[in-house]
Amino acid sequence: MEEKFQTTIVPKTGWFDLKLKEVFAYRDLIFLFVKRNFVSKYKQTILGPAWAVIQPLLTTVVFTLVFGNIAGLAPDGVPSFVFYLSGTILWTYFSNCLTTTANTFVANSATMGKVYFPRLVMPISTVISELISLAIQYAFLLIFMAYYLITEDSLAPNWFVLMTPLLVIQLALLSLGCGIIISALTTKYRDLAMLVGFGTQLWMYASPIAYDMFSMGAFAIGGKWHTLYMCNPVTSIVNVFRYGYLGIGTIEWNYYFIGWVTTLVFLFLGIILFSRVEKTFMDTV
Amino acid sequence: MEKTAIKIDHVYKEYRLGAIGGGTLRGDLQSWMARIRGKEDPNSKIGTDASMHNGDRFLALDDVSFSVKQGEAVGIIGHNGAGKSTLLKLRSRVTAPTKGTISYNGRIASMLEVGTGFHPELTGRENVYMNGAILGMTKAEIDKKFDQIVEFAEMEEFIDTPVKRYSSGMYVKLAFSVAAHLDSEIMVMDEVLAVGDMKFQQKCLGRMGDAANSEGRTVLYVSHNMNTIRQLCTRCIVLDHGHLIFDGETEKAIEIYMDRSRDLSCKKSYVDYVRPSWLTRDEVRIISAEYVQKGNCTFNKTERIRIKFEVVYQKKVDNLGLRFEILNAVDTPVATSITMLPLNVSDETQTFEIEYSIENLVEGEYKSFYTFFCKNEFGNNRDVDNVPGLQIVVDDNDTRDHIDWKSTHWGNVRLPAGVLLEENDV
Repeated sequence: MEEKFQTTIVPKTGWFDLKLKEVFAYRDLIFLFVKRNFVSKYKQTILGPAWAVIQPLLTTVVFTLVFGNIAGLAPDGVPSFVFYLSGTILWTYFSNCLTTTANTFVANSATMGKVYFPRLVMPISTVISELISLAIQYAFLLIFMAYYLITEDSLAPNWFVLMTPLLVIQLALLSLGCGIIISALTTKYRDLAMLVGFGTQLWMYASPIAYDMFSMGAFAIGGKWHTLYMCNPVTSIVNVFRYGYLGIGTIEWNYYFIGWVTTLVFLFLGIILFSRVEKTFMDTV
Repeated sequence: MEKTAIKIDHVYKEYRLGAIGGGTLRGDLQSWMARIRGKEDPNSKIGTDASMHNGDRFLALDDVSFSVKQGEAVGIIGHNGAGKSTLLKLRSRVTAPTKGTISYNGRIASMLEVGTGFHPELTGRENVYMNGAILGMTKAEIDKKFDQIVEFAEMEEFIDTPVKRYSSGMYVKLAFSVAAHLDSEIMVMDEVLAVGDMKFQQKCLGRMGDAANSEGRTVLYVSHNMNTIRQLCTRCIVLDHGHLIFDGETEKAIEIYMDRSRDLSCKKSYVDYVRPSWLTRDEVRIISAEYVQKGNCTFNKTERIRIKFEVVYQKKVDNLGLRFEILNAVDTPVATSITMLPLNVSDETQTFEIEYSIENLVEGEYKSFYTFFCKNEFGNNRDVDNVPGLQIVVDDNDTRDHIDWKSTHWGNVRLPAGVLLEENDV
């Protein structure tokens, strides 16, 4: 007698059985996780969500003082504070997403070990909840820009600001992709998790966050490391962003599109690896 | 026709023993190198009982199949390590089986642990929504059930307090309440009721019973508490070392589960038996013992016990004897029979049979020991070999005097009835 069942659990499924539909069915859970992440992060703090601004603000101040004023790595013609703020908020978003999603399995093993839900819900909600902080910081950037636009005439925002949503989505997908690759690999070996913190720091120096790449000989257009340097998708994102808001630098569209390809490849690889691991990670984590 | 709610089809789950690869790449490389060179894995930790452990692998579930009809309340019992929780874990899709398939209809609410997904910083209310969503409810569904959940958990006052301030009892109540109100077709519960007080436990059992009987939901329930199993389940599955050994009526299942510690075989081999350390002499070694012409170890009072012993006499011993020691269920020695034996020193195995009478033992279960000893001319004896013997179950269908024997007060030996003397005999 053959009976029809709604759900069947089998030992292994194909490489491309990604169950993305199921993730969509759990969208309520995604938003609850987002809410939980955001609410629980600032519980029992006096300043609450203001911390979302204070951290990148302090980083920006340090960058402006150290890299801008002392080392002189900021570009001429624009206020270096806005230059660093624009880079920092993008980078903060990216690195927070990356480090948190990279830790998905290990950090949530208590919950995941007891109940089933599509595991991808976890990293997705992380990326979304970090968006809230990004929005707050973005509002902050706009305030400073307004101030500089009124007091001096050095900033030249243009139509490319309309690309902001696309840039943020790319950043989100890239960090999600890299993060879940790492999380899938760390269920067995935690070594990689040790590297994540250090690795993101290195990655930051490989991106034009703390300095202006166009005045850095080897990295600038025509420099001998330029091609390699531009392979980093974050670089293009930051360049487009700064071009739109500050009116500095150059957009190299070819590298921007390569960046998208890289992002999608990482994301796809990540989802495949993740869904390979999620079924049995409880046995190895 | 009743619908099948869950079907478990030849499911295996294999675990690797020891810390997996030591947790580092180096450890894994070491194990890998050792495997290639055919040496013992330096990182495997356990693995002495060869019957169950196959190399560094361990089968937590070994070919388990059964199916559950909709609306049935099935209990799963078994000793620690029998595979109950593994089964539920597979059932709730926390981890995937190594082989075999599990199919089911509808949603499952699983409570493998209390307060799954409770975040300590969030309030009870926020956690109810969280937990409901993790268990698969949508926000609208939770909205509808929210008041019921809170009322069932008796938590109206505390619902807006962060759960980190809750007592463990409050925690369980709220968590159970969420799971119990989920509109799932299948409920999976693993020993979650242990923390609640008696009153709440009864309430939960009632709720689960209702779910199964009147709402047609399927309940899978794991517990070591036989009373709750009796109360809730109409059918029981007994697991033992990963095997399904019984599937059927609850009382029978509980009986089987309780009996697993007894070994009711009628032949025992002592080839691998490690002698106690106080036993220093090795002149005689018993190889096996077996009840002759008997398929079980239940004896009628009037029956004689015939035991066939296989023995090796390695060295000469003077005045060898065999003590057949009988202990009752709580390990109190009850009686002993002594038989002196002739001796032929030889490397070969010798067999002999001895017949015992047990007519003075009252009904019950007994353990035994076989002890070989030698006696010197002063009557002192030294033990030469000592092994736990076969079990004896004495069945007294002697309806002579209808006495309910109270062995805790009267002991296990009933001496022959006294003889009432007639006056003219004195």
